[in-house]
Amino acid sequence: MHDNVVPVSINLLIFLLSAFLGLGLIKKVSKLLHTPLMSLTNAISSVSVVAALIVMAEPKNILILTLATIAVALAATNVISGFMITERILRMFKKDNGGKIK
Amino acid sequence: MIESVVGYLYVASAILFVLALKWMSEVKTARRGNWAGSLGMLIAIAATMIAFKVQRTDLVIIAIAVGSLIGVPLALKLPMTAVPQRTAMSHAFGALAVALVGTAEYYHRIPQISNFAMIVLTAEMILGFLTFTGSTVAFLKLQEIIPGKPFIYRGRNFVIGTVVAVIAVMAAGLIINPNNHFFLPVLIAAALVFGLLLVMGIGGADMPTVIAILNAYAGLSAAALGFVLDNQLLIVAGTLDGASGFILAILMCKAMNRSFVNVLFGGFGATASQGVIATGDVKPINIEDVYLMLEAASSVTFVPGYGMAVSQAQQVLRELGELLEKNGAEVLYGIHPVAGRMPGHMNVLLAEANVPYDQLIEAELINPKMPTTDVCVVIGANDVVNPAAKEDKTSPLWGMPIIEVDKSRTVIVLKRSMNPGFAGIENPLFFKDNTRMLFGDAKASIQALISEFRSG
Repeated sequence: MHDNVVPVSINLLIFLLSAFLGLGLIKKVSKLLHTPLMSLTNAISSVSVVAALIVMAEPKNILILTLATIAVALAATNVISGFMITERILRMFKKDNGGKIK
Repeated sequence: MIESVVGYLYVASAILFVLALKWMSEVKTARRGNWAGSLGMLIAIAATMIAFKVQRTDLVIIAIAVGSLIGVPLALKLPMTAVPQRTAMSHAFGALAVALVGTAEYYHRIPQISNFAMIVLTAEMILGFLTFTGSTVAFLKLQEIIPGKPFIYRGRNFVIGTVVAVIAVMAAGLIINPNNHFFLPVLIAAALVFGLLLVMGIGGADMPTVIAILNAYAGLSAAALGFVLDNQLLIVAGTLDGASGFILAILMCKAMNRSFVNVLFGGFGATASQGVIATGDVKPINIEDVYLMLEAASSVTFVPGYGMAVSQAQQVLRELGELLEKNGAEVLYGIHPVAGRMPGHMNVLLAEANVPYDQLIEAELINPKMPTTDVCVVIGANDVVNPAAKEDKTSPLWGMPIIEVDKSRTVIVLKRSMNPGFAGIENPLFFKDNTRMLFGDAKASIQALISEFRSG
């Protein structure tokens, strides 16, 4: 399963299209939201947890298993704290003073 | 069969990740974006667990439990002032995870490893490990465990050059013959040292740029791992993250009128003070006079900086803002992109203090309003309001876009004492005719102003 079945050129195409898409989308993000944007993209890129799980599936030796397990823990921390803190930050943004004791 | 189902689930995840970023563009839809991202992640993990029968589910459960034990309290309890530290830490964790998977993959494939895979894997490990130590140093500096000042010494560029040379030689050795596995530990060590040296030389005021650059590196290393593992979802997610870090880094550099290279190798603020040293008499002012000024003002703009976070003045600032609004004044907040320690930091702190986000105005949009603003109050900001950026060609800040508070009718600068700001640069704003200095702790000063309003 580790052998490349998809040609490199296809992966390169996916990379380039994602880059253009990403650059276009991020440019439109309001400056207000740059902090939660960072925590969100960080959580999303921690989909590397998937890669760590795949490596864990058939480890050849204990070193590989150990490295992959640590990687799962690290990436899982990012996934969990990343999405949760993004939600917490976004809840703080309010348009007016409504609902507050005056 | 199951393989193709997983493939389609990965496609669903990728679409959700893209939608997450799209919805993140405005406050109204941002939370939906975060949920889309979370759902995409859930699908990706579930699909992987089903498709690749992981034997050691016990280890997976332990690893995820550890992740939750660190991640959940971090996300729920962390004060908003500490968000830059958490961001640096998450870049460190993400990059290390990716680098460790890359290392594991190397040992898994050896001795059967193609040249292309080895090139990408080498790049991925270098980026991952240097981002890990670089982000760790950024975290330690932001948390003030180590001094935030740039650590500059004679021959810094020579030392860094040597480490880069070691990395290059080891990388070449591994790519030419991947079975030279004794090169790998040296490569890893050199990459770790490189990240450390790079960020040690960078000061606190440059942190927004550095965090954004490390964000780009972390994302790109994840994308590179996607190439190695032939995992297209990882390529998409890593590239989106990398693109985001890249754009933020460009915005931060533009906001400081500096280049990437200058931020990374310049050692800003450590150089002997260049530029004209502004001199003159500062005009101190007391609470009562500030109160009278604000009371009579019909438009007031607050310009916060990192000092506001340090003295935890955001809550009282919002209270003062509300009192001024009740008094009939238009109250706005001028937000410079590099105010604070990460992109968007000030917005989050003020939103947490319940400041409505439509009062948070970015620099380009607040500047045209300056000539008609009665009073500008500068709270813990220094470089971002320094007129030397426009007036003094020899200033290290020359050319940096600033919030032009000096154009307003009166500027009140809240300042602890007469020390130069974070970048260690003298600020001629303090000596302008329309500037008054209110010395003391920002929070205490604002509290005193609030009681004046309440009793007046």
